[in-house]
Amino acid sequence: MNEPILLTSPQVASFVARGFLRFDAAVPAEINAQFMAEAGQVGPSDGARLSKVLGDTLAESRIPEVPAGTPLRDAYPPGSAVARLLDLPLVRGVLKSLLGEAPVFDHHFLHVTFPPRFHAAAGAENVSQHTHQDSTIDPRPQAFDVQMMYYPHAVTKAMGGTRFVPGTHLRKVSEVALGRYQNIVGQQHVVCEAGTLLFLHHGIWHGGGVNLSDDVRYMFKIRLHASGSQARGWNLGDLPQRNAQRAIFFRKSPVEQGTVETILTTAEPWFEQDTGRLEYVNRIKLWRYLTEDASYDADYWLTRLEHSARTAAA
Amino acid sequence: MAMRQKVLVLYLKNSALDSPVLAWAEYDGTGETLRMAGDADTPPYASGLAALKDGWRLFQASQLLPHARGEELDLAYLKYEFFFEQLVEVKA
Repeated sequence: MNEPILLTSPQVASFVARGFLRFDAAVPAEINAQFMAEAGQVGPSDGARLSKVLGDTLAESRIPEVPAGTPLRDAYPPGSAVARLLDLPLVRGVLKSLLGEAPVFDHHFLHVTFPPRFHAAAGAENVSQHTHQDSTIDPRPQAFDVQMMYYPHAVTKAMGGTRFVPGTHLRKVSEVALGRYQNIVGQQHVVCEAGTLLFLHHGIWHGGGVNLSDDVRYMFKIRLHASGSQARGWNLGDLPQRNAQRAIFFRKSPVEQGTVETILTTAEPWFEQDTGRLEYVNRIKLWRYLTEDASYDADYWLTRLEHSARTAAA
Repeated sequence: MAMRQKVLVLYLKNSALDSPVLAWAEYDGTGETLRMAGDADTPPYASGLAALKDGWRLFQASQLLPHARGEELDLAYLKYEFFFEQLVEVKA
């Protein structure tokens, strides 16, 4: 068996900061074709309710029902498309890097987005999905689940694709309570080649785009959680032994690009002027969790607060 | 003729109405247009003030609230929310 391809420290830092990692055309065409054959075909647009069309598709699908809490290694029949996908060195490496050994299956779903003729036949409005955060309010301070989104066929702009907003994953919100935010600067739409994988922090704000093409769009999602420690599972060879503070604000040269500190303190376009700084604080806390280094800091954002706390307590 | 309301919601970079737009939503009570999540990547206005100059009437702004002790670093929803409206005549 090929060794898993573990993430690098900058990749993990980018996941911490932005809440996603994307790998284009990472799954071989043969597995994509097998998945499409196993996933289940959508029936004709004969005016049935779309929930029934989807239900019929799932009933016909050869993707199995899997009980929540199943060890991932036991979730799929050997040789099935999803089992082969999960066995790719890249996938095993990403999951080990972010979730540690032996991740656990939470749920999966075959997302089917119907083209306009299905909506017209059913008398339903063809609109995009409201932006939301999956599941419910998740009060865990740092622990996170990973959602793997698999795009088994090419997704064009007209097909809509998954919309997500990088950097929103550390906000504690209640599912679709944020549905009022139609558009956010910096939002991304997944237009991609077949076999693209998107690994998301469970908290990232996202939604399905409206499908205006003639083709049905498929996306397969698996939610996973850790069974043990999530810390230090990636390739630590590039992680400095100790991070050195650097000059902040008054600088005579630009910051070095690609370092963990720079990645953790790079703003997203939608950041508010004041709470953008709190995003840095929360990213640093997550980096501490993953590195098991309670003293880590970037650009003094947490040290400053902790120093004041010690002074006040004295 | 009857009146219908168009609503514009802007989320700004800080509490100042002339700060940049970070997020937005539009709802058209005339039914002439249908806006939805993800349908545009560029804001309709550069700032809240720009919307005022284009004839939108501000009717609600989010409050500035103190941060609960122990929760100062927690983040949730966008803070600087401004609701605007236009009243439009339509055929009854």
